[in-house]
Amino acid sequence: MRKSRILGGVALLLSVSLLLAACGTPASTSPTAPSPTASSPSPSQEGGTIVVKGSDTMVNLASAWAEDYMAGHSNVKITVSGGGSGIGIAALLNKTTDICNNSRPLKQEELDNAKANGINPVSTIVAKDGVAIVVNPGNPINELSLEQLAAIFGGKITNWKELGGQDAEIVVLSRDNNSGTHVFFKEHVVQLKDKKAEYGTNVQFLPTSQGIADEVARNPKAIGYYGLGYLSSQQKALAVKSATGLAVLPSSATVLDNSYPVSRPLFCTTNGQPSGALQDYLAWILGPKGQEIVKSLDFVPIQ
Amino acid sequence: MVLAAAGWMTVLILALIMIMLFVEGLPIFTVTNPFSFLFTSQWYPVSDPPVFGILSFIIGSLMITATALVIAIPVGIGAAAFLAEIAPPPVREAIKPIIELLSGLPSIVLGFVGFLLLAPAIQRIFNLDSGLNGLTAGIMLAFMCLPTIVSISEDALSAIPREYKEASLALGATRWQTIFRVLIPAARPGIVASVMLGMGRAIGETMTVLMISGGRLAIPSFITDPMSAMTGRIAIEINNAVFGGLQYQALFAIGIVLFLITFAINLVADLVLEKQRRRYA
Repeated sequence: MRKSRILGGVALLLSVSLLLAACGTPASTSPTAPSPTASSPSPSQEGGTIVVKGSDTMVNLASAWAEDYMAGHSNVKITVSGGGSGIGIAALLNKTTDICNNSRPLKQEELDNAKANGINPVSTIVAKDGVAIVVNPGNPINELSLEQLAAIFGGKITNWKELGGQDAEIVVLSRDNNSGTHVFFKEHVVQLKDKKAEYGTNVQFLPTSQGIADEVARNPKAIGYYGLGYLSSQQKALAVKSATGLAVLPSSATVLDNSYPVSRPLFCTTNGQPSGALQDYLAWILGPKGQEIVKSLDFVPIQ
Repeated sequence: MVLAAAGWMTVLILALIMIMLFVEGLPIFTVTNPFSFLFTSQWYPVSDPPVFGILSFIIGSLMITATALVIAIPVGIGAAAFLAEIAPPPVREAIKPIIELLSGLPSIVLGFVGFLLLAPAIQRIFNLDSGLNGLTAGIMLAFMCLPTIVSISEDALSAIPREYKEASLALGATRWQTIFRVLIPAARPGIVASVMLGMGRAIGETMTVLMISGGRLAIPSFITDPMSAMTGRIAIEINNAVFGGLQYQALFAIGIVLFLITFAINLVADLVLEKQRRRYA
């Protein structure tokens, strides 16, 4: 009796799954239908709620903007959350956010999906950011070239002594693939010479930039990367040598004059050209007050 | 009538969840064959072309769960035996609620504590490159399994008829022998059930392993290697997966694997309990 019950249960499980596989939709890369979990009402001329989602790199900046803006405009409520550029873009495509913060441009696949969903993503550059490569302050190394960084994060160089440092395993830290910084760093550093290169299998993917900052601060063998805004006295930023041969430290100045080779624009992306309260907010971000906040958080203003 | 409806409602909801898992996840197997999905370790879901192989995550999840159980089972059963047999009633009344409180701790809090306090300690003690590894995750998970195992095992031990203990002591056995040779074997169905529930909790735990298991994609060789678990992988990627796309389907397929593992654990637990019930019937 017992055995037949187990067999019956397993048979049921198998037959249900086979049935579903047989009549399931074939694999496709475009969504069958957008999934609005909860769409917030679009902000009207009088005010309303603005939902901002996306980049972890930009989340502190976005929160600072929101707080300052709400202090001066009491009829507008802004909610900010992070999680990664990928999350913001997915939310924009699913119509669950008004503004998407992204630290990388949209990929072709995402643009195609947007068109299929009737979304017209319009990106505005709101700030610039340098990606700082950081090591523990006790690490004797002060500068590395882009090629060496590509080899480290690609898993080809695994010991600090190959770079002139101590004889110790390199603990390579990176953001995970929901992060715009992850994608940007992969495309611009890891795939420097080989467009098919991936992060090394020894690379440790941490879910937040703050986690990388904490681990680098306490682990003498660690190396990691994050936006300028996360730099502090607890980590040491490396000077990066580009093709010009000059080793440049990351800072607002070196990002603005393009001498630091690992820098990128930060975007706010909306569905179509922003209008009404969204347009006011974005104009404010691009204006003197918004850009003042950019500077105060160690990001780089757009001019 | 109402109770029957409630019962069937539960079955219906579970069935619907199961169906959704399979409907969303099975289509990935038209693109990747199940063998390479389960037994290769290359996971590049957003590359061009994407590659899906979850062996590292399966091994990571199993290693972390095994570590958690190796710690939680002896400590848990020992604590249960202490509470049921040795502790004076005031001590028992004080400790039981505290252990229940431990189970109420949010997993992200334990992940945070593990990241800030346990990881550097483990790195120092074992002289490792990184404290973010399977051992750290396993220890924090043990904290999560412990309340379940202690609570249910203690109930099982308390439910044993007094005659067993009295007979054993009357025959000249010491307290230690009574507990370990008579009472714990007699309470085995309840203890096994508690361990299975603890195992289910450990294998499904997400936030803690995401924060402290290390996030490495390579197949781990030792428990002190950084590794990734299936649950953490789903959590970090599901929000930015294109709805209905390949990465989305692959993540649901990982969910199917998790579901099947939990199903198997519950099946084994059920078999053990049934055998036990028959023996004592």
